[in-house]
Amino acid sequence: MTIEWQHYAATDSYYDELIASVTGPRPAARALCEYLASLSDEELRERKTAAELAILVMGITFTVYTEGGSIDRAWPFDIVPRIIPKPEWDRAEAGLKQRVLALNLFIDDLYHEQKIIQDGVFPAEVLAQSVNFRPQCVGVSPRYGVWAHICGSDLVRDKDGTIYVLEDNLRVPSGVSYMLENRVVTKRVFPELFGHQRIQPVDDYTLRLYDMLASLSPRPGDHPTVVVLTPGIYNSAYFEHSYLAQQMGVELVEGSDLEVGDDDCVYMRTIEGLERVDVIYRRIDDLFLDPEAFRPDSALGVKGLMRAWRAGNVALANAPGAGVADDKVVYAFVPEIIQYYLDQDPLIANVPSWLCMREKDRKYVLANLDQLVVKPANESGGYGMLVGPHATPAERKRFARLIQQDPRNYIAQPTLALSTSPTLCDDHMEPRHVDLRPFILSGGPPTYVTTGGLTRVALRKGSLVVNSSQGGGSKDTWIVATEGL
Amino acid sequence: MLSRVAQNIYWMARYVERAEDTARLINVNTNLLLDLPRTTTFGWLPLIFIVGAEDRFFEKEPHRLADETNVVKFLISDREHPGSIISSLATARENLRTTRDVVPQEAWEQINALYIYARDHLPNRRGRFEFLRRVIQGAQQIGGLLSGTMSHNAAYDFVRLGHYLERADMTTRILDVRSANLLARAGQTQTQTQTQTQAQSQPTAPANGEQDPFESIQWMSVLKSLSAYQMYRQQVRVRVNGPDVLKFLLQGDYFPRAVAFCLRQLEICLRKLPRHDAALAALAALRQKLNAAAVRELTREGLHEFIDEVQVGLGELHDQIAAAYFAH
Repeated sequence: MTIEWQHYAATDSYYDELIASVTGPRPAARALCEYLASLSDEELRERKTAAELAILVMGITFTVYTEGGSIDRAWPFDIVPRIIPKPEWDRAEAGLKQRVLALNLFIDDLYHEQKIIQDGVFPAEVLAQSVNFRPQCVGVSPRYGVWAHICGSDLVRDKDGTIYVLEDNLRVPSGVSYMLENRVVTKRVFPELFGHQRIQPVDDYTLRLYDMLASLSPRPGDHPTVVVLTPGIYNSAYFEHSYLAQQMGVELVEGSDLEVGDDDCVYMRTIEGLERVDVIYRRIDDLFLDPEAFRPDSALGVKGLMRAWRAGNVALANAPGAGVADDKVVYAFVPEIIQYYLDQDPLIANVPSWLCMREKDRKYVLANLDQLVVKPANESGGYGMLVGPHATPAERKRFARLIQQDPRNYIAQPTLALSTSPTLCDDHMEPRHVDLRPFILSGGPPTYVTTGGLTRVALRKGSLVVNSSQGGGSKDTWIVATEGL
Repeated sequence: MLSRVAQNIYWMARYVERAEDTARLINVNTNLLLDLPRTTTFGWLPLIFIVGAEDRFFEKEPHRLADETNVVKFLISDREHPGSIISSLATARENLRTTRDVVPQEAWEQINALYIYARDHLPNRRGRFEFLRRVIQGAQQIGGLLSGTMSHNAAYDFVRLGHYLERADMTTRILDVRSANLLARAGQTQTQTQTQTQAQSQPTAPANGEQDPFESIQWMSVLKSLSAYQMYRQQVRVRVNGPDVLKFLLQGDYFPRAVAFCLRQLEICLRKLPRHDAALAALAALRQKLNAAAVRELTREGLHEFIDEVQVGLGELHDQIAAAYFAH
């Protein structure tokens, strides 16, 4: 049974990325859909097998740590790409640049004069309760005023097709290596499509990343020593750490490879002795970075690293304390933040949010818990959330209590009907929910946004959970030029 | 290159070599036992002393029986013995896991496959030879893959340092099996300093100083366990005899499992690396000791003591390498 798109169950309840419910394949997706429909079952199966083999051979894995030791699991991948027309992507890209610029200005302000609080735009009590604000960072001025050098913002699309930012990841966002590897796999599986399609390349990310990191060096003019700092092989993103280090041609170091000298400079231990390190792309959370400044029991970090950073002898990307701006309550203020620092309207929308700290909002939220998604301020990965329409009355009651006890810690949003994209299930196409995580690089060179990003897909029917640890997979993401289509 | 990466690669290579040589060690003892008359009772215990694991072997059961089943199991499949074949392969694999970006992908796959083979095919008595053959072959393939596909840079020098240091050490241990079991038969007496190894392995038959009729067969099995028989025959064109075998395996310059050959390779690697003075000095002292020894005389007495000295020298060399390159 070859693919017949008229049988694909596109509905009006969700926006489908490739197929419109009445007219069939969207213009940017037409070539792909026609091509897929021209393949026999046998050929389609071959493509799928080829992709699985490529993933195995290339060793694309993520790590799951269990009692029996850590296991590398093959990366779950769907061969059908997700397509976004270039004009639409250009608007999203401009919106992301605007957003990250404002967020960096906001973080820098919070660690200096806090003008936004003095001017009454951002409430002091929200900052006072932020668990990601680091007093150790007050007064520090990273180069270019940039704190979040690598930002991963999650984008979703609602029923009417509007793109929203769901959240910003400003600490150690991951996933970019899978974005790059997905393209490599797709090129192997569908080489013929890259010939006549106008698919924008994604491959230069690691070059851009290296240039941005090198621009942060405190010793300009020299050839800077850049390293990637990993918590080690038991971290679920270890594959990515090792991949990025390899692609940039820099050392992958662990905390124990580094030391801070009496001169407050950072050195790595090599077979030739100590070598000065200029820039650290750290993939360790703030609190584990330096046992001297943060958690004294951290074995992952480097003693004295904060001292060296404050003295301006080493650059850390992302800067410690950047996470203050990816709190869910701060998120609700991003439109105001953009307005305040840039005097512009946001180019890309926030999901409408109710702040439980505001009495009016709280009343609305408590009255409409069965319609809303409630999120705690500082959790990530979907922990501690209430999805109103799917929750039991008891759960809703519990959340009502939690909100009343600690209103500052909760926001609520409408339940979004996440968009879907055709996904190969056995031998036919079914809609599955997707999101998109682009990565934004800020530093010396002009701000760079990945072409598209990582599309994550909830492989289980009806599921909205895209995390790889919970049955999520991913797809290649094509930004396709549409002039003349 | 990072000290940690150098250290991991070095230990990866040592543990691959240790797995291979432990397999050879078991083979040599198996063959010796097959060749010897039934009245001999030295058995399997000496192997425990030769790999220096007596504390661990007797840790839980002080009176544990050191018979073939227990000793072979301990050397092949005991996860609590860090020098067992399965533990060595697991350690090699873990060391490589953290440094996968430095070695070619195929080498990682090969080590992974060998570990999985060993984990899933722990042998019974009849399958033992085939199992050991596969372990030896798998380890050789890893060496070949690294040699053929990895840049011969500093990282590769650490692979070679690990390989040759472990190999030199294990070749001496394999010879020690021979000393423990057989020199006594050839006329050793209780007057020399007795290690527990030798005390445990004294044959019941009185030593009479006569030429042992089994001797050349037994030296042949030592050679064969090191894949050295054919090369020995090409180079030494007389009947297999103890003094010549010892000279070939201790002082030989051409055979790649001979101690002198290994030390020469270690020197080549060290000279290419920075900060090598102390390690080269330790190596020079060891080479001098080896070259100066009248190894032909050792078949009559003092082989075990001499091997002890060589092993101490190798330990010092390791300490110098660790101090220069791995120190934290």
